[in-house]
Amino acid sequence: MRAPPALSASAPRNGSRDSVSGALRRSASSSSTAAAAAEMSASSAFIDEKGGSASEPEYGHDPASGGIFSTDYKRHDDLKEMLDSNKDSLKLEAMKRIVAMIARGKNASDLFPAVVKNVACKNIEVKKLVYVYLVRYAEEQQDLALLSISTFQRGLKDPNQLIRASALRVLSSIRVTIIVPIMMLAIKEAASDMSPYVRKTAAHAIPKLHSLDPEQKDQLIEVIEKLLADKTTLVAGSVVMAFEEVCPDRIDLIHKNYRKLCNLLIDVEEWGQVVIINMLTRYARTQFLNPNVNESLLEENSEKAFYASDDEEEEDKKAEPATLAKRKPYVMDPDHRLLLRNTKPLLQSRNAAVVMAVAQLYFHLAPKAEVGIIAKALVRLMRSHSEVQYVVLQNVATMTIKRRGMFEPYLKSFYIRSTDPTQIKILKLEVLTNLANETNISTILREFQTYIKSMDKDFVAASIQAIGRCATNIGEVRDTCLNGLVQLLSNRDELVVAESVVVIKKLLQMQPEQHSDIIKHMAKLIDNIQVPMARASILWLIGEYCEHVPKIAPDVLRNMAKTFTNEEDIVKLQIINLAAKLYLTNSKQTKLLTQYVLNLAKYDQNYDIRDRARFIRQLIVPTDKSGALSKYAKKLFLALKPAPVLQSTFKDRDHFQLGSLSHLLNAKAAGYQELPDWPESAPDPSVRNVEVIRLLERVTTLTSIPDWSKCTSRKDRKEKKTEKPFYSDSEGESGPTESADSESDSGSGSESASASDESGSGSESEESREETESEDEEEDEEKEKKRKKRLDKTKAKKPAEESAESEQSSGTEDRKRGRKAVKNQKSASESESESESSESEDESEEESEEESESDTDIRKKKMPISKQPPKQSKKESKKERQEMSLLDLDDFEPAPASAPVTPVNFLSSSLVSDLEGLSLTNNILAPTAIAPSGSIKMYELLHRITVHQQHQLRDQKPAHRGAQAAVWDEDPRVHRDRRVSSR
Amino acid sequence: MIHSLFLINNAGDLFLEKHWKSVISRSVCDYFFEAREKAVEPDNVPPVIRTPHHYLINIYREKIFFVSVIQTEVPPLFVIEFLHRVAETFQDYFGECSESTIKDNVVIVYELLEEMLDNGFPLATESNILKELIRPPTILRSMVNTITGSSNVGETLPTGQLSTIPWRRAGVKYTNNEAYFDVVEEIDAILDKSGTTVFAEIQGVIDACVKLSGMPDLTLSFMNPRLLDDVSFHPCVRYKRWESERVISFVPPDGNFQLMSYHISAQNLVAIPVYVKQNISFFETGSSGRLDITVGPKQTMGKTVEGLVVTVHMPKVVLSANLNATQGTYNYDPVTKILVWDIGKLNPQKLPNLKGSLSLQSGAPKPEENPSLNIDLKIQQLAISGRLGSFISVGCDSLPAGPCDKALLLLTLF
Repeated sequence: MRAPPALSASAPRNGSRDSVSGALRRSASSSSTAAAAAEMSASSAFIDEKGGSASEPEYGHDPASGGIFSTDYKRHDDLKEMLDSNKDSLKLEAMKRIVAMIARGKNASDLFPAVVKNVACKNIEVKKLVYVYLVRYAEEQQDLALLSISTFQRGLKDPNQLIRASALRVLSSIRVTIIVPIMMLAIKEAASDMSPYVRKTAAHAIPKLHSLDPEQKDQLIEVIEKLLADKTTLVAGSVVMAFEEVCPDRIDLIHKNYRKLCNLLIDVEEWGQVVIINMLTRYARTQFLNPNVNESLLEENSEKAFYASDDEEEEDKKAEPATLAKRKPYVMDPDHRLLLRNTKPLLQSRNAAVVMAVAQLYFHLAPKAEVGIIAKALVRLMRSHSEVQYVVLQNVATMTIKRRGMFEPYLKSFYIRSTDPTQIKILKLEVLTNLANETNISTILREFQTYIKSMDKDFVAASIQAIGRCATNIGEVRDTCLNGLVQLLSNRDELVVAESVVVIKKLLQMQPEQHSDIIKHMAKLIDNIQVPMARASILWLIGEYCEHVPKIAPDVLRNMAKTFTNEEDIVKLQIINLAAKLYLTNSKQTKLLTQYVLNLAKYDQNYDIRDRARFIRQLIVPTDKSGALSKYAKKLFLALKPAPVLQSTFKDRDHFQLGSLSHLLNAKAAGYQELPDWPESAPDPSVRNVEVIRLLERVTTLTSIPDWSKCTSRKDRKEKKTEKPFYSDSEGESGPTESADSESDSGSGSESASASDESGSGSESEESREETESEDEEEDEEKEKKRKKRLDKTKAKKPAEESAESEQSSGTEDRKRGRKAVKNQKSASESESESESSESEDESEEESEEESESDTDIRKKKMPISKQPPKQSKKESKKERQEMSLLDLDDFEPAPASAPVTPVNFLSSSLVSDLEGLSLTNNILAPTAIAPSGSIKMYELLHRITVHQQHQLRDQKPAHRGAQAAVWDEDPRVHRDRRVSSR
Repeated sequence: MIHSLFLINNAGDLFLEKHWKSVISRSVCDYFFEAREKAVEPDNVPPVIRTPHHYLINIYREKIFFVSVIQTEVPPLFVIEFLHRVAETFQDYFGECSESTIKDNVVIVYELLEEMLDNGFPLATESNILKELIRPPTILRSMVNTITGSSNVGETLPTGQLSTIPWRRAGVKYTNNEAYFDVVEEIDAILDKSGTTVFAEIQGVIDACVKLSGMPDLTLSFMNPRLLDDVSFHPCVRYKRWESERVISFVPPDGNFQLMSYHISAQNLVAIPVYVKQNISFFETGSSGRLDITVGPKQTMGKTVEGLVVTVHMPKVVLSANLNATQGTYNYDPVTKILVWDIGKLNPQKLPNLKGSLSLQSGAPKPEENPSLNIDLKIQQLAISGRLGSFISVGCDSLPAGPCDKALLLLTLF
């Protein structure tokens, strides 16, 4: 409170550090007197060191603080000396020791002034360690920390992007409130920096500033908005992370960037992918319609598709009448589909967090029929570290409750190993129990039987409970289970017996009449079982069903009355219950016993038991004062109790977003964003359209079809259109078939699917992977050249196609020609527009990057999507299919509408593969067949070293880097590779 | 995201702490210690612990607990995966990830942690970038450093961080361009008492060591990719190309990395190379038991089985074992109740056998279950999935720039 004057006094002396000293003045009032004084002296020392003004004697002379200070200094005198020396090696040594202290959690804050003046040290390692120190202690020594800031401010202007970035990074990590304006300014500047790396750092700085001063939120949101528009993969992950932390509810900021994020996703670094996918899951929940809204219908379809075949034609036929029959057919928003398609390959990521993120996205967003594909990836995660298993199993447990079918094929992967930690075993049991149904219950029970013999007692108890749950859920095996459990009653391990008793009790409640012998058997057990819960369960059973065991029950009560005082509380309560029930049914024999028990209970130490005794006595023993209730005592005690429902603890967990911390804890964690429910009607999809400048090829199609849903005649077409590229051609409906059936199917199915993937997102993402900063300028000159070349190639390839594709009708051929004309025109007319340039950027990238693709195919495929107005879409989709089959060589597959099916191509998987091999070679031979001998007959050479020599390709390398004018030759390597793989 | 990290050894000593945001007192770890005590085995500590103000997410690796402190919602796997990445980075840098190596290299550890996270969000986790930023310690370098006073921190700025191929550092140059690929396959099988396979699957990984100059672009194709049931890739692999052509196409990181892992579930392919005859029985009286284990080759395809180790988890009541092994050595640890029989090479002519008696705690009831056996073995030069590995071919799409016109790619299998 007394600091301000002193500070303001110092301000003029540091004329060069205007902003800093100004800031100082504001904050100092908050620091405590002693500390302020101490820091003052230190800062003066610093100024001395710098050769500044050496004439402030008054600062270090506050007697109180000086005392503290000197003792502090004695402790680290040597370190201070080393830091003050001129030798870098000494400084480094000192810094290393200080960092080691920090690491061990020792307090090194008193060295702050000595350290901070080395912030401008030339030695890079010293500098780094000073940064480490600074970030750790700046919060505690706010005023002194300010002295370092000018260094960073200088760094922000450095011509080297890495220095700019690191300066911003440290500056933003110093949690000192008074530099908020400086930070804000720095972030704003960095957000429009040339270098994507600096922009990334800016994105990282946003949440730091936000946590420091939440009032900056509005300004920060502006920066986020700006950075969200960034097109580089480096920035995407970081800015979405900032978005999630600062303004997760501003979903409107995402609209314009949605498609871009989807397309960039695959090339963003792993951690960014997780954040983006989680955010997009929430976004999709607000923007798209529930794909499972027609649950029953879809289910039927998918079920059939599941078992029949993945022949797309078949499915189309089924799906179409079905959807037409409906009043309001569900059509998936293309953007929704885009998201699903672009995330799917990430299931193959090595990073468990990414896989889990995609899995939850599919679980929450995908049509029921497609969710199945995530099962395999999740099962793979089960082979990872036990912590990963733990989290995955929790999520699988939740999923199995809702979508059991998904994991049934992987039942055996959840079998328990003796080396699993107990917590994993118990989760696996949970999953196995959830997966149990009529067909697999016998194998599961056999498995459970072996578990019961385990040495891990907690696990055994859980296994017995699992058996109980299976028995309640699946009626057919109830008796088998019950018999098995009764056998366990003679087990030597008391815990096993006790657990069995508890479970049997629950089971018996379901059908007590038939099992009086079991009750008798259990009554005999009570002498031997010591576990309170089990004793209580037996007593309860006898009391409840005392009519079934009229002779034994009073005897049990007699025995229990003898031991009453030594029993545990829960057992005592049950003894009282038993006594009361017997009194009501068989008062002649048990009247005295009951009195005795109640008297004992009356003087028990536990008040619950005393209360219970008093209450029951009033209720059952008729006295003149007894109230109206005693009439109903029998009804009260011997009412039929509903059998307990044994259900999973994971039952309602799916209202939390899967994979989240909240889901794991089954409680809301701080900062958890609720997963919104699907909207009733879809919000306007056009919000995601982007102005021409940022045009992605997909966007063009969408912007140009504003009035789809209006007229019905178009609607049909639209349906077809959306159905074709999205459902049939891409992984769409065939998804579940792939995963559920064996690999044999997926061969043909998935390849066609992914081929279309390639065309859609591949281009975008590949672009970013190889993006160079300078390429934009070169685009324009190049694109004309490219275009011509492309055309030539298409022509060159056509004869080949004709020979290879016997089924290709001449009609399509014509159409193709027509299309090409259109294409030509288009390229001419649009060449000036912005869109064109961005588009050609894609393509040039594509060419360089996807060298190995048969490039013509891709380009052709891409063109239809990007350029054609809606009316041609039908044609295109057909076209696309054809192209696809060219690529994948499923040439036995008919074109959709033109030739109404050479139907039912049920080929055995082996035949399919043969065919594929065949057609592959066809295709290769056709165009420029340069299959070098490098492909050798490798399949004969077991365990061999293969040597490849490569000569050519010198020219291709630059193309790979960026989009320089590459001399484009048909690339032979593609075919060689293919050939190899087809053998 | 990740707020702080504490490293705690098995004895419960907290030996390193790092904070990425404001400092959180280490007393927060008390909740962890509590859970640790409750769990008995370190394996059983719940990975996520809830405390009134924080969440602790921890992993247990190499006898060290990595305990991270979280304050807000974050996918738990995100943190777990990151912590494992940290442990792997330490392993990569120091050869092993143990308490002593971490303590010895505390400054490097600190620098690494500083680079790996920024404000709790992962920044640079690729080993190629990290090594550019902070050079791993070598004996030679540490000697030079002490003499010259030079440092471990790279003088160059990490250009890799700027590129969109963050896993590869720029400007790599080798005089010999080589690439090695190791295929390692593991069978994971559960057999029942009679030796019938309950469950079996093959898991494989392809480890690569690529030392190529420039920006090589490689492809790897399998003759029979259909066998691969499930794969996961290093981020450098182009997913699209795999999906469309079943070819693995990638720009490799420099040095060692795991290219992919795969999984083969087709049961008929899984040939279990050895069989085990076991007879372990406990007598009703006399508190003793008998043990008799024989291991023999089954389907080894003419290869020798090496590194054969049989591990038996004995029941708690077994006090000691008095056995006689015809081959190898055995060791029974009465504390952990684990019997380890290290056989070594399997000789098909003379099958190894372990026979003898077990003495039990007197008075205790006889254990009712036969203990489970774990068998570890190695077979060189054999891919269990047979048809897969032998058909691998490697191509090179773009060749390293360098003085040589021809680059030679060597591929070794197994």
